[in-house]
Amino acid sequence: MASLVGSRVERKEDKRFLTGKGRYTADINIANQTYAVFVRSPHARAKIKKVDVSKALKSSGVVGILTGEEIATDKIGGLIAGWAIRSEDGTEMKVPANPPLAKDVANFVGEPIAIVIADTLDEAKSASDLVKIDYKILKAVTNTAKTMSGETIHDGIDKNLCYDWLLGDREKVKEAFSKADKIIKVDLINNRLVPNAMEPRACVVDYNTASEEITLYTTSQNPHLSRLVMSAFGGVAPENKLRVVAPDVGGGFGSKINVYNEEIVCSWASKKIERPIKWVAERTESFLTDTHGRDHVTHAELAVTNDGKFLGFKNETIANLGAYARVFGTVTPTYLFGPCATGVYEIPAAYSNVKAVYTNTAPVDAYRGAGRPEATYTIERLVEKAAMELGIDRTELRMRNFPKTFPFKQTLVHTVDSGDYVAGLEKAKQMADYNNFESRRKESEAKGKLRGIGVSSYFEACGIAPSAAVMSLGCGVGLWESAEVRFNPTGQISVFTGAHSHGQSHQTTFAQIAADELGVPIENIDVVHGDTDKGTFGMGTYGSRSLTVGGIAIVNACKKIVAKGKRVAAKMLEVSEDEIEFKDGEFVALKSNKKKTIGEIAFACYVPGQRDEMKSPIPEGDEPGLIESSFFDPANFSFPAGSHICEVEIDPETGEVKVEKYTAVDDFGRIVNPMIVEGQVHGGIAQGIGQALHENTEYDETGQLITASYMDYTMPRADNFPEFNLGFTCTHATSNPLGVKGCGEAGAIASPPTVMNAVIDALGGQEISMPATAEKVWKACKNLKKSNSKAA
Amino acid sequence: MQKINLEVNGKKISKEVPDHTILSNFLRDHLNLTGTHVGCDTSQCGACVIHVDGKSIKSCSTLAVDVNNSKITTIEGLAKNGEMHPMQEAFKKMHGLQCGFCTPGMVMSAVDLLKNKKNPTDQEIRKWLEGNICRCTGYQNIVAAVKEAASKL
Repeated sequence: MASLVGSRVERKEDKRFLTGKGRYTADINIANQTYAVFVRSPHARAKIKKVDVSKALKSSGVVGILTGEEIATDKIGGLIAGWAIRSEDGTEMKVPANPPLAKDVANFVGEPIAIVIADTLDEAKSASDLVKIDYKILKAVTNTAKTMSGETIHDGIDKNLCYDWLLGDREKVKEAFSKADKIIKVDLINNRLVPNAMEPRACVVDYNTASEEITLYTTSQNPHLSRLVMSAFGGVAPENKLRVVAPDVGGGFGSKINVYNEEIVCSWASKKIERPIKWVAERTESFLTDTHGRDHVTHAELAVTNDGKFLGFKNETIANLGAYARVFGTVTPTYLFGPCATGVYEIPAAYSNVKAVYTNTAPVDAYRGAGRPEATYTIERLVEKAAMELGIDRTELRMRNFPKTFPFKQTLVHTVDSGDYVAGLEKAKQMADYNNFESRRKESEAKGKLRGIGVSSYFEACGIAPSAAVMSLGCGVGLWESAEVRFNPTGQISVFTGAHSHGQSHQTTFAQIAADELGVPIENIDVVHGDTDKGTFGMGTYGSRSLTVGGIAIVNACKKIVAKGKRVAAKMLEVSEDEIEFKDGEFVALKSNKKKTIGEIAFACYVPGQRDEMKSPIPEGDEPGLIESSFFDPANFSFPAGSHICEVEIDPETGEVKVEKYTAVDDFGRIVNPMIVEGQVHGGIAQGIGQALHENTEYDETGQLITASYMDYTMPRADNFPEFNLGFTCTHATSNPLGVKGCGEAGAIASPPTVMNAVIDALGGQEISMPATAEKVWKACKNLKKSNSKAA
Repeated sequence: MQKINLEVNGKKISKEVPDHTILSNFLRDHLNLTGTHVGCDTSQCGACVIHVDGKSIKSCSTLAVDVNNSKITTIEGLAKNGEMHPMQEAFKKMHGLQCGFCTPGMVMSAVDLLKNKKNPTDQEIRKWLEGNICRCTGYQNIVAAVKEAASKL
């Protein structure tokens, strides 16, 4: 039987999506449901003096209005930070309380203050306009760089500083810098982004008054984790009385990791009013309240010798957490960022120092790549600038500093098990026709255009898992993943995973894996996820972990099925277990060549006996049935890596940047489904180009979000991109039996510096910040003209 | 309230609706045709694209009463006798979708493109789909799917 792993299998999930039969949260309606609208703070920072709901309560169709007072009285807990980070001086990070409904003070525009519940959405909207709130408006703190000198937002959190974290050795770095021929310096802003999953967040809550069970349908990347947090910290209901279902979810990119205010409030409120509640965000609500991404201000330096050897690296960053610390908010700018900031290079001495600050803006959390795009942007801007200043070819300089042997002990934390960075960059150069770039530059110049080329090489630590490792770094839970494989008596198989697909294609790729392991047709396998009442448990999908952690749990559960099958087959075929070989779905007794299919074994496991004879196929010590589960906790992260090359052409008259060519060569280890992996890379690159050229989240000084709709926030569109040219190299991961590495975030990690390096190359080395909009680039073109005419 | 008469996916429908009912909400809430999605409320994202009298429009910024007496096709009406439309088949074959949320609008828009232009170039496809935002695919496989469908239609 040909292996399905490695094949371009078309997706099992597609038909329902293509025929309009997907079932997203907003598609769900429950009899007798009510509709919720949230009253949100219009101010970035304000004391809430009084909430008057009396007039609103009299409005037509209103079922109830609940505020921060009631939720506090009911002792419903708030939102949490998932990782505890310690400052350089040993003190613990400082975290403010984050109640589901603000009671005394609102800290960002859009923070919910009350929930209005009515029979229809129109009625809920009308009534919400009648809720009268008296505010005392306070001065907002919004500027990342200046936050520490602003007014204190949260009582007791001095300088608005959550932590001042250090990774690395300042003394060693000082010494390395003293030996350098040159110090390369960059000042960077990693622009704030809104993840913008196309499906706005939503929840539908159904409280069963008989069983006292709450069912929450929600747009989550991790329903089991949501249930755990809502139960353990929110106190909404005990875990066994709370069912969380994340059905079809329309994209996440990190923004649907967190349990949000609305999910907690609607769950609690549904129990109070004893009716189902439906809430669906409008796009502007998503802009205001979904967790945002990035938002770093960085100064970084690289110490180099004249012949291009890297000696030392330092990175001083201020990271904006927004108003509150959320699940991955505190770890994203520390352990997901700091270690990767030294990139794919041997650098003997390094440190990353990060000050995380609170501001009166929406909370910032993981967004595709989470910390690693910021890290790669930092080091790859430095390396490109070093190449320019040293007069060494940018690819040659990189190759000189790549590790040549693996495992590679990276400077700050990770031991990278496998890779071949030279092969990746060589392949990218060849695919991009790197060596002939200058002739293309001349062609562009002949048309009056500026052409630039940019390279970046990256690695990342993903497949976020090893529980002992992440918990040692401050994570509040273990990050294993679970799977259960149920072989049904009549031969179909249900594979339950704790991972969650919101575009990742688990129904297909996980079925490919199970089909190979069990030797059955893929059509017989259904992958089930997203319902805490169905699967065992799970930590969900983020950090490119589904395959490297969740996929391996499936492999291991399948291996247990086969192991039991062997014992049963041995008994049925009356041979010893070691005489049985399992291949292509059959258990074969090697000497006699008698065989039992895995389907026959499954049937026997459920129907263990026969007429007229007292004989069971189940060996002593085994039980009937054929269901196995596995909790997999890998030994290490996985470390995909690669090199990307971009060429841009700039029209100096308009400042418009056109991405002309984009080449990506990535090493994801063994690839389960090339079609799906390519799709992941395309999407990641597009988001990264979006960050580099188009997207920016802007708050004004009063804390109003001025990019709160698609009319103001530039989403990349089809005509913004060329066709991406993808290639792969392959070194197997050693930390899992499939040899796979994560692929979901790589594109978004590698592409921003690749594009910016190309833009800056085209602009003659002038620094420019992301996004490189036409206005900024046009101004830079004017400068270039001036300096060229001076030189002439 | 107004009474509207429509033919939706080949079925005649007559309903009383409040004047301010948005067409996308009418399809989703009154007819339970939830394949038409709402992603932005400002007619930017295109998840709500349907056909009215054969032409693609954004149903999130159209009033139901304004399409009285017209023929409407939604994503649910594209497949015929259980057979997917060549555009739907092409999206599957070329992996032109991931999370699936923008897909109905994207497919409806692409079908209209091929009615206007039989064999569009990459640039023409990208330009036409400028009003449909996809956050997952980077558009590459969507363009490939439209070309694949063009070769079959």
